[in-house]
Amino acid sequence: MSNLTNLSITAMLSGLGAKDFSARELVQAHVDAVEGARTLNSFITETPEAALAAADAADKAYADGTSGKLAGIPLGIKDNLATKGDRLTAASNILGEFKPPYESFVTNQLKQAGASILGKLNLDEFAMGVSNESSAFGPVVSPWRANGSDDKLVPGGSSGGSAAAVAARIVAGALGTDTGGSIRQPAALSGIVGLKPSYGRCSRWGAVALASSLDHIGPMARTVEDCALLLEVMAGFDANDSTSLDLPVPEWTANLSPDLKGKRVGIPSEYRADGINPEVVAAWDKAADWLRDAGAEIVEISLPHTDAALAAYYVISSAEASSNLSRYDGIRFGLRVQPENGNLDDIYYATRKAGFGPDARRRVLFGTLVLTADFFESHYVRAQKVRTLVIQDFTKAFEACDLLLTPTAPNAAFPLGASASQTDAYLNDMFTIPTSLAGLPAISVPAATNAQGLPLGLQLIGKPLDEQSVLNAGLALQQAAGFDALPERWW
Amino acid sequence: MAVDEKMVARAAKLARIGLTSDEQAALVPELNNIFDWVSKLQDVDVEGVEQTISVVQSAPAWRDDNVTADNLQDVLMQNAPASAHGFFAVPKVVE
Repeated sequence: MSNLTNLSITAMLSGLGAKDFSARELVQAHVDAVEGARTLNSFITETPEAALAAADAADKAYADGTSGKLAGIPLGIKDNLATKGDRLTAASNILGEFKPPYESFVTNQLKQAGASILGKLNLDEFAMGVSNESSAFGPVVSPWRANGSDDKLVPGGSSGGSAAAVAARIVAGALGTDTGGSIRQPAALSGIVGLKPSYGRCSRWGAVALASSLDHIGPMARTVEDCALLLEVMAGFDANDSTSLDLPVPEWTANLSPDLKGKRVGIPSEYRADGINPEVVAAWDKAADWLRDAGAEIVEISLPHTDAALAAYYVISSAEASSNLSRYDGIRFGLRVQPENGNLDDIYYATRKAGFGPDARRRVLFGTLVLTADFFESHYVRAQKVRTLVIQDFTKAFEACDLLLTPTAPNAAFPLGASASQTDAYLNDMFTIPTSLAGLPAISVPAATNAQGLPLGLQLIGKPLDEQSVLNAGLALQQAAGFDALPERWW
Repeated sequence: MAVDEKMVARAAKLARIGLTSDEQAALVPELNNIFDWVSKLQDVDVEGVEQTISVVQSAPAWRDDNVTADNLQDVLMQNAPASAHGFFAVPKVVE
């Protein structure tokens, strides 16, 4: 692990500006690090040539004084975001050798700002999962290991490749997507910062759709400052996404401050649920003290529909997924399985059977069922109403406070192969799902390590569009926690 | 209401996923587990509550009906599993 790969994005930008090193040197160090970390399986596709070409362009821009906000910064992109001409898989076999002829809005923003893209990062198939084990390209292995153990751990999911690559110092930052917690949970399990902005802040144009009313795109990096900077570049109005918000992008970086004077931070009593690891609870309590020290007032609040929120999420996300995934028909792009003498319908049946993994298949079938007449009113419509109640819970809570502090996940990283049933796995997202249903901005910040030396993350949730307060409290938490644990290199 | 093999077969047909009858049978308990797990939705009083379709409140914007892309036929055909004469190719659908 060389010094260059260990720097934050902010430090890289100062180093590049001061000519301490060139973008070529910086990106080459990361290309080498990516190559040296293949055993983590965090990349599905590496793009070193394009990354180095972008580095050379960045060096020229620094010399000309025309460098963008991210000139020469080596980043990775979750492989459910289209980058023009690079294979796009969503970690599913059904996309075959698909190479998108267009660029997603968010990656275009990064490229326009001069970023160097090292490649496409592994994920759970179609971003459904909490452990990155459902990828058709194999699981991602976390760079972290418990003290004195050689057991392979999960990085979390679904943005597991993004989290592992940032934690292993092989990319400076990454893009993830978050439908029910897929940025925040892997960030927590991998000891990095992950930010899910408000719904509508970042255009979904070019993102492989899972559940459109819940899909968010956001940054993952090693510091709060870096996440603020990445979001500033990615966010903005895009006419190609009908839910994109036509609002100016705030200057989150310039307004970052760890002073929480006058802020009220709510602790949801329902989140003190059974089954949370006691070390997570201890870190949570300690963080409340830290935020109080930073000037905040801590108040107890209630989110009564928390339990029902998980069920509502499962129904709504599966229904939307079944609809979104119907586009994979084997006709226009991706995999086609054509049985001999088969007709058009036979192609659909065979392609979709071969192309979807077991988790995706189950979710599509469950989603299809809740949209049939048998279950539509009792499950789908009811879930959409419960979603309203979940949103009202937050609205009411925010009358008494400005932010919420919660754990991000109920546990630290667990061993590969240890995930229980799918619904049990959803408990891993119990603290992140309600926020997704409400479209609120939320960040996960590493707060402590447990007795085994594994990272624990805490979540800060803000009012709609109040990313600034979320980032500021995240910065206060980051400074108080002083989290500087590093995964010891074994790969 | 519990899911049975017939309902799974119907969902698999609607979703165009080819499953053998053994695979369908294996999915019955898996899907019923999920239905059990989401049954807590039935305990919530939703009387008079509106549905949430999207957290974005504003109505989707209208845009002019203009062609903005170039002719992408060749580019798009490069991703087609089978094509002929610049069209997507499929087995004969009309007798």
